[in-house]
Amino acid sequence: MAIELAKEKWSGVINQVKIGAAKAISVGQEQALPFLHEEGGAPHKPVVAYEVWDTVPADWPEALISAYGNVLKDPVAWVKKCVTEFGAQLVAIKLISAHPDMGNKSVEEIAALVEKIKKAAGVPLIISGCGDNAKDNLILPACAEALKGENCLIGSVTQDNYKTITAACLADGHSIIAESPIDINIAKQLNILISDMGMPAERIVINPTVGALGYGLEYAYSIMERARLAALSGDKMLSMPFICFVGQETWRTKEARATEEELAGWGPALERGIVWEALTSAAFLQAGADILVMRHPKAIDIVKKNIEELMRG
Amino acid sequence: MALSGLDIYKLLPKTNCRECGFPTCLAFAMQLAKKAVPLDKCPYLSKEAKLVLEESSLAPIRLVVIGKDKKIELGNETVLFRHEDKFYHPAAIGFIIDDNSSDKEIDVKISKINRLKFERVGQALEANLAAIRQTSDKKRFLDVVKKVSAATQLELVLISSDLQAQKEALGLIGARKPLLHPQSAQNIADFAKLALEYKTSLVVASPSLEEISNLTKDLKKQGLEDLVLDTASKSLAKKIWDLTQIRRLALKKKDRSFGYPTLVIVGEKDPYLQVVEAADYIAKYASIVLLEGAEPWQALSLLTLRQNIYSDPQKPLQIEPKLYPIGQADEKSPVLVTTNFSLSYYTVLGEVEASKTPSYIMSVNTEGMSVLTAWAAEKFTPEKIASSLEEFGVKDKVGHKRIIIPGYVAVMSGDLEEKSGWQVVVGPKEASGIPSFLKNLK
Repeated sequence: MAIELAKEKWSGVINQVKIGAAKAISVGQEQALPFLHEEGGAPHKPVVAYEVWDTVPADWPEALISAYGNVLKDPVAWVKKCVTEFGAQLVAIKLISAHPDMGNKSVEEIAALVEKIKKAAGVPLIISGCGDNAKDNLILPACAEALKGENCLIGSVTQDNYKTITAACLADGHSIIAESPIDINIAKQLNILISDMGMPAERIVINPTVGALGYGLEYAYSIMERARLAALSGDKMLSMPFICFVGQETWRTKEARATEEELAGWGPALERGIVWEALTSAAFLQAGADILVMRHPKAIDIVKKNIEELMRG
Repeated sequence: MALSGLDIYKLLPKTNCRECGFPTCLAFAMQLAKKAVPLDKCPYLSKEAKLVLEESSLAPIRLVVIGKDKKIELGNETVLFRHEDKFYHPAAIGFIIDDNSSDKEIDVKISKINRLKFERVGQALEANLAAIRQTSDKKRFLDVVKKVSAATQLELVLISSDLQAQKEALGLIGARKPLLHPQSAQNIADFAKLALEYKTSLVVASPSLEEISNLTKDLKKQGLEDLVLDTASKSLAKKIWDLTQIRRLALKKKDRSFGYPTLVIVGEKDPYLQVVEAADYIAKYASIVLLEGAEPWQALSLLTLRQNIYSDPQKPLQIEPKLYPIGQADEKSPVLVTTNFSLSYYTVLGEVEASKTPSYIMSVNTEGMSVLTAWAAEKFTPEKIASSLEEFGVKDKVGHKRIIIPGYVAVMSGDLEEKSGWQVVVGPKEASGIPSFLKNLK
């Protein structure tokens, strides 16, 4: 007797979000839980974005510094290396140098820089602010204007600070990253607030604020599973793809940073760091991640191969 | 399907004889539904009713115990997603030793596997299984079984489709109750006899879910229920589909023929990719994951993922709220304040240790909430911190009156100074800033 499989019939589908102009990348449109291909289609595979800073990272561990070398001093060269040498199809720029404590670069300087980066990259861009709300409300609209027509993904906006940046993205045709603090209700609320300003749902991506492996990974993991289940059950205000900033979380952890002498018996620092970033990403892929922002080229390679396997069916 | 109290009541004699210790049959039925009393308290139950009730009280996924000493419990899961309740029995992680490796290689690998013990956030993380896989002749397999079993306390898996080899291996180490993995459904009846004879568990391996279902039904009739399911070597996405189907069929369709723990052998050879493949299986329902790579960084990352996925989402890990001396803390040492959410505490601890500055960490009882959550929920307030300083007698431990609070709660500084009488220094927002902060602290 043939067994009757336990297949789910979902009424909802994840929104498609398109990033970029010429070499645009689309994410989303999943009709089922991650990688259950027999249950529903997933026309777009999850993507990895290379994280690039506009300033020399002061506290990156040796594993990362040696992977990039000299280009860390020059964001344009850094982006070029990601694209030409590592084959990046998506780059995530972090505009640290605008932060009042990290260089306090002017709005004009930042806008000029992102234009230069755009020309050098030739691939779709994700633009992240410096983390200071007041300053981000100045620089991100300027970046939006400078990158008009590039259909970037810009953010992150939060429940307390979304209006200025949303308006700018709306005006200049960009999509937006909506960040919520590991909280499904705030995620939904923020999506509603942004939508109420006229932003189409197909231009919103959820940043659920992930934690690294061993540092609260399971909280965002379950929030993502719950949100994805709600979306597939028809909740339109949670039907956005997820972006997970994995690199910045993993490379802060003791496991990714400490030398072998400091952590006797835990193995060489390089392998430990790479596997920590790759495994954190792998876990979030299983929870529904659509965009992973990562740092180490080797970890990115591993995760891309994992995605190929998972999408192969 | 779990029966309700009323469903159960219909099956009882309804005589209210009170011999079960309850005033009425209905009261007894209600207790049965809660699984608070055993069925045999009722002496007058009909055979048919007993059968129905026994069947309904069975867990949808059987609890299977592997081995003799460590007794690894697997299965008995109740949900598909951890937020619905929790995952109960952490996936067993095991490492494969091929018998075609040289004796020297095997010695090195066993000692590596034996050392895979780590401590994170106050919990011990350990590898669970050593799996011996036959690729050579019977004699070599038996030699390696002898060698490995003598060298490790871990529970064992014997991977071999050679019935005679398995039989002789059990003759050697049957008392350890190794899990038998015959790799296919061939000779399954003979393997079942072996498992029954040695009272150990058996892997039912077949690429077809349908065949697995038929086999487990047959084996159950033979009296063998300590089974583990393996859908053989397939692509990663197909394995995830199989694991999901087995879990769903058992829980949602109440199909007992799938109500067993599962086992996956990682096929990938690349040292990184095999860890990632194993991670996918840990996230998606595998009860046992076996892989070749046994380097500490490989094991540590997988054991940590398992710790995360199998933690109880309804109950944040907490530590005892108190004043913890770190290193050779003395009366001059700084006092850092954090919550009693274990992740907050251990993150701060890690950084303080890295700073090599002897310090005190005062863990305030925030009912296991993290800094920002506790602050928002008013569990991490100036009053609470002030009373903790009193309660833990901090003024008797240090000669100064200065505390360091997390940067995220800088707003409470003034209020806290007023309420506690201690000078408040605002520390970094992220624990990662602690070493440089402590270095610059005058």
